[in-house]
Amino acid sequence: MNYIDKFNRIIIDKTLKLDCGKEISNFPVAFETYGKLNHEKDNAIMVFHALTGDQFPCGINPVTKKEGWWSYALGPDKSIDTKKFFVISANVIGGCMGSFGPTSLDPETKKPYGANFPVITINDMVNAQYFLLDHFKIDKLFAVIGGSMGGMQVLQFVSNFPEKAHVAVPIACTANHSAQNIALNELGRQAIMADSNWSNGNYLSNDRSPSKGLAVARMAAHITYLSKKGLQEKFGRKLQKRDDLKFGFDADFQIESYLRYQGSVFVDRFDANSYLYITRAMDYFDLTKQFSGNLSSAFEKTTTKFFIISFTSDWLYPTAENREIVIALNAINADVGFIEITSDKGHDSFLLDVPDFLNSVKNFLNNSYKNLS
Amino acid sequence: MKKEFKIISKLIKENSKILDVGCGNGELMKYVSENISKNIRGLEISKNNVQKCIAKGLTVIEGDAEKDLKQFPNKSFDYVILSQTLQAFLNPEIVLDELLRVGKKAIVTIPNFGFWKVRIHLLLKGTMPVTKNLPNEWYNTPNLHMCTIKDFMNFCKARNFKLHNSISLNGKKEIPIKSNKVFLQNLFSELGVFQIEK
Repeated sequence: MNYIDKFNRIIIDKTLKLDCGKEISNFPVAFETYGKLNHEKDNAIMVFHALTGDQFPCGINPVTKKEGWWSYALGPDKSIDTKKFFVISANVIGGCMGSFGPTSLDPETKKPYGANFPVITINDMVNAQYFLLDHFKIDKLFAVIGGSMGGMQVLQFVSNFPEKAHVAVPIACTANHSAQNIALNELGRQAIMADSNWSNGNYLSNDRSPSKGLAVARMAAHITYLSKKGLQEKFGRKLQKRDDLKFGFDADFQIESYLRYQGSVFVDRFDANSYLYITRAMDYFDLTKQFSGNLSSAFEKTTTKFFIISFTSDWLYPTAENREIVIALNAINADVGFIEITSDKGHDSFLLDVPDFLNSVKNFLNNSYKNLS
Repeated sequence: MKKEFKIISKLIKENSKILDVGCGNGELMKYVSENISKNIRGLEISKNNVQKCIAKGLTVIEGDAEKDLKQFPNKSFDYVILSQTLQAFLNPEIVLDELLRVGKKAIVTIPNFGFWKVRIHLLLKGTMPVTKNLPNEWYNTPNLHMCTIKDFMNFCKARNFKLHNSISLNGKKEIPIKSNKVFLQNLFSELGVFQIEK
């Protein structure tokens, strides 16, 4: 993937000790910035991406040639207004868009790491991205914000660096991956590993890729991002370009065709091993356990102001799990606001045009920035 | 701004820590945060109202006072405010206990069912009272547990809650409630404002 070498990135020349025990150094972190850092350096926002996101939340993605994943929420005059704020968005380590990941070359073998890449965690991802504050000589971010896995990174960031963000907006996330979350991720991983092209993770050397397995993983995951009502309203039992059932296993229904399409476009932009590593990082995420069973302790040292957002139809990271974070913060008298947004669009609501959500984020950020002094 | 908000505000010491339970659209919170103490939070059940509060830059948690007060630690606020919502709870007694657990002091306002217009309404018309402060019909009222100023004071006495400030409100007139004048004030006041402590 040569185009990746053209992405903005810095080489972190420090050593990072990973949770698995391994140490990494001189590793790349790919990032994009939007807007301008002001003279006081108090308008910086770090955006964390979700499982299949990347460092391109807005504008045209150079790989997919489509709008960035957060184009409804981020950009000039949007909720995260790039006319006002300086936005830093990095690709997580373990990813496949230029940051240190399974497609990176192992200096010892001169081959891609593949399945020899170390298992990384949400904590490792956050620690790697933290080096960008040094790079931009920013002492304290105005905000850290992200949805889904991005929200987990927000929680971990504030816990690791309690003095480094004025406000934190974790959206549609959890403080610990549930059995259901782990089960769904395992389904995706098994689909990839069952594809004979996977070859124990060494497919890049064989020039074959487990695209069928990865497509199935994406199809299964995609269902979990939508709600039953949303699916029913959009697709129902509508047939795909045919008047009647064909009595076969072709895509008779529009929903089948839609999922197949989602699977097929995904494999063009995403690395199967990255999918394994990043889902693993999500499964390992348990902030409560990191603090011996007391989630409140994770935030004890922080003065960061939190705004937590969940969605009514999100069954992947339901309101109850988001509310647990609110409860933990209230228990230590932290500054926390919370709203559950009404939406039929499921977990994906945070990526879509949901006006109540977009307005809440905009109002919260603008008011908080105004009150910084 | 509602008249009783001014009275509530006067009871709050500067820079104290406040929780407004059932904060509505944040009108009182905004006034308090701009004039008395920035350290104020809200708990509100209506999503629409939570949105309005966020738009005003207020820190609000969407939640139900009957379920969600328990997540706050003991005495974590100097004042907990409950303005004209006590009568709408399924179990006002438990809510009052929670208010006084979470807050060092509680400020509670109640629409007075002992107000003469309310009494006359039932006495002469023979139908459930509908007034400016109690605008709903019996079949759609959110008010499950109406009480009078006298009821509330009797309740505080029975539960050994200390009544620090008791103020009655009739139109624009605010009058401190005196123990020897409760009978009359209960008859002539539309609202009661109470600062209580355990």
